[in-house]
Amino acid sequence: MDTKISTNQLKDTFDRRTFVVGAVQGGIGLLLAARMGYIAVAENEKYRMEAESNRVNLTLIPPRRGWILDRNGSPLASNRADFRVDIIPERMGDVEGTVDTLSDLLNFTEAEKQDLLDRLEDSAGFSAVPVASGLQYEKFAAVSVRLPELPGVVPQRGYSRYYPTGPSVGHLIGYVGAASREEYEEEPIPLLVTPGFKMGKDGLEKQFEQQLRGEPGARRVEVTAGGRIIRDLEMRDDVQGNAVRLTIDGPLQDYAARRLGLESGSVVVMDCLTGDLLCMASMPSFDPNSFSDGIGRVEYQMLSENDRVPLRNKVLKGLYPPGSTVKPMVSMAFLEAGLDPEETVFCGGGLQVGNRRFGCWNRRGHGQVNMAKGIYQSCDVYFYHFAQRLGMDVIAPMARRCGMGQTFPLPVVSQFYGTVPDPAWKLEKYGQQWQPFDTVNATIGQGYMLANPLQLAVMSARLATGREVAPRLVLDGQQQPAFQRLGFTDEHVHVIQSAMSDVVNGPGTAGRARLPIQDVLMAGKTGTAQVVGLHISDGKSGPWRYRDHGLFIFFAPFDNPRYAGAVVIEHGGGSGAAYPVARDVMTFLLDPQKGLEALHALERQWGGTAQQRLDADYARYAEAAGIDLPPPPDPITLAQRVEAEARAAATEPEQAVTEAIAPRGEANPTAPGIAT
Amino acid sequence: MKGAVTLPAPLAQVPWAMLLPLMALVLFGAAVLHSAAGGSLSPYADSHLIRFGVFLVMALVMWRVPREWAFMLAYPAYGAVLLLLLGVEIIGQVGGGSQRWLELGPIRIQPSELMKPTIVLVLASYFHTMPVGMIGTWRAIVPPAVLMALPMALVLLQPDLGTTLAIAFGGTVLLFLAGLPGKWFLGGGIAAMVVAPLAYFFGLQDYQRRRVTTFLDPESDPLGAGYHITQSKIAIGSGGIPGKGFGEGSQSHLDYLPEPHTDFVFATMAEEWGLIGGIFVLLVFGIILRWGLNVARAAPDRFSRLLAGGMTATIFFYVAINLMMVMGLAPVVGIPLPFMSHGGSSMMTNMICIGTLMMVDRWNRKARTSSI
Repeated sequence: MDTKISTNQLKDTFDRRTFVVGAVQGGIGLLLAARMGYIAVAENEKYRMEAESNRVNLTLIPPRRGWILDRNGSPLASNRADFRVDIIPERMGDVEGTVDTLSDLLNFTEAEKQDLLDRLEDSAGFSAVPVASGLQYEKFAAVSVRLPELPGVVPQRGYSRYYPTGPSVGHLIGYVGAASREEYEEEPIPLLVTPGFKMGKDGLEKQFEQQLRGEPGARRVEVTAGGRIIRDLEMRDDVQGNAVRLTIDGPLQDYAARRLGLESGSVVVMDCLTGDLLCMASMPSFDPNSFSDGIGRVEYQMLSENDRVPLRNKVLKGLYPPGSTVKPMVSMAFLEAGLDPEETVFCGGGLQVGNRRFGCWNRRGHGQVNMAKGIYQSCDVYFYHFAQRLGMDVIAPMARRCGMGQTFPLPVVSQFYGTVPDPAWKLEKYGQQWQPFDTVNATIGQGYMLANPLQLAVMSARLATGREVAPRLVLDGQQQPAFQRLGFTDEHVHVIQSAMSDVVNGPGTAGRARLPIQDVLMAGKTGTAQVVGLHISDGKSGPWRYRDHGLFIFFAPFDNPRYAGAVVIEHGGGSGAAYPVARDVMTFLLDPQKGLEALHALERQWGGTAQQRLDADYARYAEAAGIDLPPPPDPITLAQRVEAEARAAATEPEQAVTEAIAPRGEANPTAPGIAT
Repeated sequence: MKGAVTLPAPLAQVPWAMLLPLMALVLFGAAVLHSAAGGSLSPYADSHLIRFGVFLVMALVMWRVPREWAFMLAYPAYGAVLLLLLGVEIIGQVGGGSQRWLELGPIRIQPSELMKPTIVLVLASYFHTMPVGMIGTWRAIVPPAVLMALPMALVLLQPDLGTTLAIAFGGTVLLFLAGLPGKWFLGGGIAAMVVAPLAYFFGLQDYQRRRVTTFLDPESDPLGAGYHITQSKIAIGSGGIPGKGFGEGSQSHLDYLPEPHTDFVFATMAEEWGLIGGIFVLLVFGIILRWGLNVARAAPDRFSRLLAGGMTATIFFYVAINLMMVMGLAPVVGIPLPFMSHGGSSMMTNMICIGTLMMVDRWNRKARTSSI
């Protein structure tokens, strides 16, 4: 160092540098003041809005869903005020811990807990996941007081969907559920992710979603960062969705569903004059009430393992060989083709066609058979004989005119067409020529022919009235114009009417179907559709899935038809399983008291109503199953799966049929005048 | 005797020009804490005032300390606080997990807080004794660097980045005021620019690194780490010029603002009192710091000069970093705002600084009266 540093020099340096430090401090002070001024003045508007949007939370109140009413205005689907708990997953902290606590508070089983965890996993994060609904106040309160340690959990009072008759309307009405991720992507409105909001997932609930939905209410509240509500600022009430009024007769629907009892089957009843569908029961079914919080794994497993496919709407998606129920229709085709109804053929128990012999169900033969006897005794030879003469070309168009192979303009998610085979169809499908035995099979409703119960009911109504009766499901107040005539002559309609009346009231195959009501005579036609060949099963006993389907179409009163319908009992072992159901359902329609007496006696044997048996099955199943079950699919996938299974179950054979079907007996042992 | 008001001699010597604004600031702080507690004196405002009272008494005691004592105490105090820091480290290791405080009977002290004024004291003492001519040699930089590095290392281990930086800042400003060659600081600045990225990638904890990245772009993670800064800016910005009114701040009352009573007390204040309140707070800090620098400039000798300058710098560091943080100009480092934030340690440190400044101020007056 050449310059000696003195104390004074250091003092000068100190003074200079304190000035620098002071200047820097002042500068930073000014910078801070400027920064604050910028934030608080220039950006005030922006931050004021952000503070406001922090503070105020707009909560949507799910609208009360419109009711689904039956024809008399009583609810098939209504809303029930209840306490419910939902979770908004993205607000949750410790998922496992929260679910554990909730499970304790709500007494969940292990399986229910696992279901909840699965639902949380699959959720979109911002949309509400239902935990439980229909809670007792005590449980609801227990969850509410623990809220501080359960972030993301939303307990609320609300409404849940309620189906008073449960399984009876499951397939018809469908069910509701929280919106899925896909549904939200399709319709990205905030309502869909509001806790407690449910949308239609299947059936009419899905079809009439927009009409039933209503307008959400809104609630502006002041909330803390943690989501705790400080106070209400503003309320707007919801607007309930519009009701949908169906043509269904609620009590009849419930009666029919219950009357099916332990069987797997369906009942359709319609009004011949208006086309109103009074009942479309399909059993066994599921309880739509328990589906609305998501389908539990135990419940799903129980339903999907059941070989009677409780998830399938058999009225629309069950396809069956119609069996002998086509005979009145075939007869009408013969009449239209000019056949004299009194022309007879001798039935010796079979008919030789070419080098084959086709048997009649009655191996002993029916003797001389005219058209009426052909129908009421269900003589196969009569139809073999005249079908050979008149050909498939008169039968197939008539089947279509009567509604087979058709779908109807109904508000349903899907309905199956079925099959009306003819030479062109066979050529396209199998690349083979139509054979005489194909006609033989078709005239007795076997072979390739497939129809669903709704089509059978429509066929019955059209034959009964001679008019182009079309089913309808919604009662919109519009007067249905009278149906167009199908072009049948009154005389021909009479022939069919009285022949079908004789099936029940005369020397026919369904004497036990006679209505226990004075003055009302029901007409009908039995059908037994075989599922497997005689070498596997006789169709009456043995494994359930090899037994014959039992079918019955009917209308009443026979000479002035008002109601028509069809009953199909899957693997019922023959028509004997079907027509007692039709009889009781029609009895109930005309005289409820008499119908109920019959039902109560039966239900005592079966172990309760359909709902009671379903609940008991569930309890038994849940106890046995534990939680090692795969999780249930979401409703969309489920619907697709059910649909696919229904189609697979109903398709025509892979290989062309090469044999004539040996018809099964239509015998009614107690019917008068029959010796089998 | 000067001035129109006649006060008893000791009272007249009290630096009212600083103390009255400071009391106003503490009272204002108490009002803000009252609101932050949802309109209640407890638990923040009352303890805030009690602590201020206790530490004011402490400061008044320090005020009477003679220069020689302070000078003598410098190294023993440094050694004692260093031992306490070591103690924290050892107990932390034994107990498992990090901690920053020591339980001494009923009180809990944070030695790292004590180190902030102590480093200033010990460095002032060092430079006072160092021969004047050595200011450009290694003797001027190496021992002070060691004196600073030891506590910084211990505090960084805790880990407490904010306090480490505070110690570094106080020490560095002191070195600057002591007259070390200017080019050293230039060189040091350049070196820091090189080291900073390295330190960022290798020296910082994960959570600290996240704070830095979030600071650079708070909107990148509005619900995570950027939440603090965003909510703080919303609070300040929504206050506007007049503020929302006392007890009307929605950001603090509805829990959107994190730590409304400690690190983000300024945002709590600004939401309710607006720009007017903010300017008031800045003005009071300006008065206190200006007074501090004036005390330093008026000091008769090197030790007291550096001591006062260093203490002022320490207070300034708290104020500047905290306010820059709440306004989104600095990362969230967890440094409270002096005299307003709720918290005993910070109150203690800052009152030690104030007490030291008052002490130096008294030496100045004595020197003046004796020299006249």
